[in-house]
Amino acid sequence: MCLAIPGKIIKKIDTEQVEVLLGGIKKKVRIDLLPQVSVGDYVLVHAGYAITKIKEKEAEEVIRAWEEIQS
Amino acid sequence: MKYQDEYRNKELCQYLIQKIRALTKTDIRLMEVCGTHTVSIFRSGLKAMLPQNVHLISGPGCPVCVTPTSAIDHVIALSRMNNTMIATFGDMINVPGSSSSLKNEKAQGADVRVIYSPFQALELAQDFPEKRVILLGIGFETTIPLIASVVLESKKKSIKNFYLYSLGKLMPPVIRELIQDRDTEIDGFLCPGHVSVIIGTEPYQFIPQEYSIPCVIAGFEPVDILYAIYCVIQQKIEHRPRVENKYERVVRKEGNPIALHKMDEVFSAIDVEWRGIGRVNKSGLDLKAEYSELNAKNFQVKIEKTKENPDCRCGEVLKGKISPLECPLFKSVCTPENPIGACMVSSEGTCATYYKYQ
Repeated sequence: MCLAIPGKIIKKIDTEQVEVLLGGIKKKVRIDLLPQVSVGDYVLVHAGYAITKIKEKEAEEVIRAWEEIQS
Repeated sequence: MKYQDEYRNKELCQYLIQKIRALTKTDIRLMEVCGTHTVSIFRSGLKAMLPQNVHLISGPGCPVCVTPTSAIDHVIALSRMNNTMIATFGDMINVPGSSSSLKNEKAQGADVRVIYSPFQALELAQDFPEKRVILLGIGFETTIPLIASVVLESKKKSIKNFYLYSLGKLMPPVIRELIQDRDTEIDGFLCPGHVSVIIGTEPYQFIPQEYSIPCVIAGFEPVDILYAIYCVIQQKIEHRPRVENKYERVVRKEGNPIALHKMDEVFSAIDVEWRGIGRVNKSGLDLKAEYSELNAKNFQVKIEKTKENPDCRCGEVLKGKISPLECPLFKSVCTPENPIGACMVSSEGTCATYYKYQ
C-alpha cells in the first residue's frame, strides 16, 4: 500500500498536475502535496500523487560511496 | 529505472551480506514494520540469503490486514444502500467480513469500483451525480495526505455526493503498542520509508529514547534494506540506539510539511481497533467536525454482528508472534483464492507473501 516509485517530470500540465515519466510510461500526477516542482525534477509518486522530490545530490553521493567501497 | 536500478546491484548486496555476517553471531530479531518492506525482502530473496542468526519479523504495516472485521461489515452494509457507489483500492474487495465481502456484494449488484488513486473517487462523484460515492480512505501516513487533499478538493469544488469512510491509521502509536506488549521481543526496527517521507524522522525518537531500541529508516530496494539491517545491528552492538535515516534521498527530518498540514486540517486522531492488536490510543484518524457532512460513518445502516473465524491467527502474525507457517489454516484452507484472514488477502499481507515466495 505504501508503494511509491521514482519518476522524472517531463511536462507541467497546470497548477495541479504534471506529466511524469515512470519507467518509460507517461503518467498524469497530482502535485497538491508538492506544488514547487519543475520540469526535470525527479519525484516519488504514490497513488497518483507526487509526495517528495528526490534529492539527487544525496542519491549520487551514496551511489559513488558504494562504488568506492567495492573497488 | 533511475534511482531504483542502482539499489538492486547484486555484488553490492553480496558485499553487504558478508558485512552483516561479520558483525555478530548472536541471534537478533528485527521487525520490518512496513508491508512494502516485507514484499521487497521476499521478492528479492533476502530472507534466504541473510545469516541464520538475523531474524526478520513482519509487522503490522499492511493497512488492509489491520482493518478489523467490524469495519469491513460496516462498509458492506453501506454498499447495500440504494444509489451508492463504493470506490476502493483493489485489495479491500476480497477481504472477508463476517458473512460477505465487497466482491461478493458486487457480484450481487452493488456498485463497487476499484481505483488506483483516491482522486479518482472525486472524478467518479462528478461523473455520477445521481449516486453517493463513498471513498474507502484506507492507509497509513503515506496515503492519508492524499485522502485529505481529495476531501479539501471536494469542498473547493462543492461536490455534494462525495463521502469518505476513513480507515486511516498511524504508525508511531502502534509501534509503541508493540514494544509495550512484552510477548514480542524486538532488538531493532526498520522504520517505514514512505511513511517517513511524510512524517519525517522525529516521531520515532521515543523508540531509542524511552525504550533503548535501535531504529533505522529504510528504503525499499535490496541494497537499501541490507544497509539498514547492517546499521541497526551495529547500533545494537555499540549500545547506541538512535534514529538513523538511511533513506536520505527522499526522507527529510521535517517530512513533507504541506502533506502534514493537509492531514491536520481534515483529520483528528481517535482511538481505533487494529485487527489482532486491539484498541490503540490515538492511532486512527477520522474527519473533523467541520467535515462531518461527508463522513460516511453517519449513514444509518444495519450492521451484522461480527463473527471471526476462531482458528485464524492473523492477530499473532501481525504482532510478529508467529510466522504464517505456524497457523493451521495457512495453505490448507486459507489461500489467496479463498482467504480466511486479511493477511492472506492483501498482496502485502504477511501470509500472502509467504504463500507466494516461501
